[in-house]
Amino acid sequence: MTREEILAKATEIFRDVFDDDSIELTEETTAADIEDWDSLMHITLINEIEEAFGYKFGMKEVLGMKNVGEMCDILEKNT
Amino acid sequence: MKELEYPFDADYIVKKARRLRKELLADGTQRIEKRIAVLGGATTHDVVRVLELFLLHHGIAPVFYESEYNRFREDALFPEEEFASFQPDVIYLHTCLQNIREWPLLSDDAGTVQGKLDAVTSEYVRIWEALKEKHHCAVIQDNFVLPSYRLLGNRDASDVHGRVNFVDRLNAFFAEYAATHEGFYLQDVRYIAACYGQDAWCDPSAWYLYKYAQALSAVPYLAHNLANMIKSVFGKNKKALVLDLDNTLWGGVVGDDGKEGIEIGEETATAEAYTAFQRYIKAQKDIGIVLNVASKNTEDNARAGLTHPDSVLAPEDFLYLQANWDPKSDNVMQIAKGMNIGTDAIVFVDDNPAEREIVTANVPGVAAPALTTPEHYIRDIDRAGYFEVTNLSEDDRKRVQMYRENAERMKLEESFTDYHAYLLSLEMQAEIAPFAPVYYERISQLTNKSNQYNLTTKRFTVEEIKAAAEDPACITLYGRLKDKFGDNGVVALLIARVDSASAAGQSAASGQETGIAEQSAASGGEAGVAEKDVVSGGETDAAGQGGPTAEEGVVAHIELFLMSCRVLKRDMEVAMMDALYEQCRARGIKTMYGTYIPTAKNGMVADFYKLRGFTQVESETATGSAATAAAGDEKDAAGNGGTDAAAGATATAAGSTDAPGTTRWRYDIPADWQPQCDVIEIAGAL
Repeated sequence: MTREEILAKATEIFRDVFDDDSIELTEETTAADIEDWDSLMHITLINEIEEAFGYKFGMKEVLGMKNVGEMCDILEKNT
Repeated sequence: MKELEYPFDADYIVKKARRLRKELLADGTQRIEKRIAVLGGATTHDVVRVLELFLLHHGIAPVFYESEYNRFREDALFPEEEFASFQPDVIYLHTCLQNIREWPLLSDDAGTVQGKLDAVTSEYVRIWEALKEKHHCAVIQDNFVLPSYRLLGNRDASDVHGRVNFVDRLNAFFAEYAATHEGFYLQDVRYIAACYGQDAWCDPSAWYLYKYAQALSAVPYLAHNLANMIKSVFGKNKKALVLDLDNTLWGGVVGDDGKEGIEIGEETATAEAYTAFQRYIKAQKDIGIVLNVASKNTEDNARAGLTHPDSVLAPEDFLYLQANWDPKSDNVMQIAKGMNIGTDAIVFVDDNPAEREIVTANVPGVAAPALTTPEHYIRDIDRAGYFEVTNLSEDDRKRVQMYRENAERMKLEESFTDYHAYLLSLEMQAEIAPFAPVYYERISQLTNKSNQYNLTTKRFTVEEIKAAAEDPACITLYGRLKDKFGDNGVVALLIARVDSASAAGQSAASGQETGIAEQSAASGGEAGVAEKDVVSGGETDAAGQGGPTAEEGVVAHIELFLMSCRVLKRDMEVAMMDALYEQCRARGIKTMYGTYIPTAKNGMVADFYKLRGFTQVESETATGSAATAAAGDEKDAAGNGGTDAAAGATATAAGSTDAPGTTRWRYDIPADWQPQCDVIEIAGAL
């Protein structure tokens, strides 16, 4: 899967979870950029990304991600 | 909502929770409001989020209180204001293995291990008792899943030092407590985790990262199971099965293959699977589920199949045996009408997806589980939790018989031209007495199920019924009616609050002490039985009259009067009022007040007080009180096929003003009062 495809697929998931079709993810997107992205929604997001990409993040990976780009790095390497 | 019907796509639900919630709230369904406190030993956020969806699906609009993470002990024992004043209808304790602080060590002797076990159980008992004492509501407690490792291997289960052994004993204690305490229910998480897969359920990273007791993808299973319990506590279980025959109850088509050609019995694997399914269906009768047939067959063929020597089910097991070529949706509607239940109380079981489609498209609220293959039929139905048994009353077990007797009464009635003569011919006997503990469950059930013959549509939990029964300022009466065809069980209820003259000069708020539900006191509504469905608007008493005037002396306010539709037009309401007047006279009460709160369903009692000789009083203070309680369950016990659901939607308004059309009534018991009911003999205990 290309980087663009990963980003597009992740965008779909974010739109579903936040029920907001206006969300556009970039490599630099962080929790500060999306209004409802709090720690609780974060859990749901991680879970849904894992389900959609068929990859379970390790705890260290979950704790280490700084932005959407870093998440894509992990998914690019592993899926 | 289809997405929430079992078997569901759990990840879809978690992902789309927001969208699903929006759609549910916009679907125009009329729902009863319930206040639910979730106290967690683990994170509860997604549990609550998903639970809300399933409850909305069941016609319950929840208002939640959520404890802070792992503050369940503090909230129970030393509650802060927010929880103390929340007035829950149900409290859910979501606790888990990680909350156990001291486990057995190999160096412990048996006594030390027992001490550790007692430390855990006594702490939980303290929590449960404190919650019951403060909140008088249903409590649902999770039991424990099995530990994720076994230090002693298989011996962990049998050795007192083993964690598996320890957890088994804790679970046994919790189960025993649930079995012996009314209003306390155990959620068997261990069972649903086992079905889900224990290792997948207990995802360690979910705990370490987020303090979730189970994997996020497992949350919908937990919430689904919990919502089933809650809907059952509030009387929203399904009541009847409508079953197809060919390839549903036996293999093959009886019309084509002949009686001898169908697969049932123990001869083949397929026949065994159908036989096991029939046994499962027959066992539903024992918990009070009414069985019916809707089959595209001639009646002769249907009966031939059911009289097969190996058939577990016989024609007598069914209340309605509809074998014809009409659309099945018509048959399901007729059965609902005949039983006088809502179509949303019916589960339609058919192997043919096309029939299920026709029925779900044309019968409002009906459930039609997707059957897979005969060997899985039991699971297809069982896991959905339609008939979740939280309380099992004697009446549940007898319900099937009652529906049958009703059908016989209808036949007899047709043979009489004089209705009074018909009533006399029934040889009715009634037992009318104050609420007795043995009936608390049934009484609570009735208050939650009755929508049509119900003057105020107030709902009560078992705990609140008990509180009313024990309150000296309440007159409580239940009526049990028997006739020559059989026993109808407890079918009529009333609660009247006595407003003593001593309270007359005080503000209405003094009535708090006499309120049935303590919770109502905190809300400032002294409406006594103040239902918590109600957004308590602060209206002060049922009659809207404040305290009684000095001349009135002691008065009584009828806060609940309902009757099961199974005894409509039998003069049972007259006998109940007779009994009430007698109680009033014994207490020196001469004046009664009654309130009628209209809902989408209870139009049949709009003239109740008028017919009983009451006069309407001005209701200048008619605001608040039980108005929103009136919203009622749509399409419940009393039928109407759900056609009134849409009309009812407008009554859901959660405002604090009376439902339009609320009327208040007064009756002065004459000095020469005589009982009015002459067709029912009042007996002692039946």
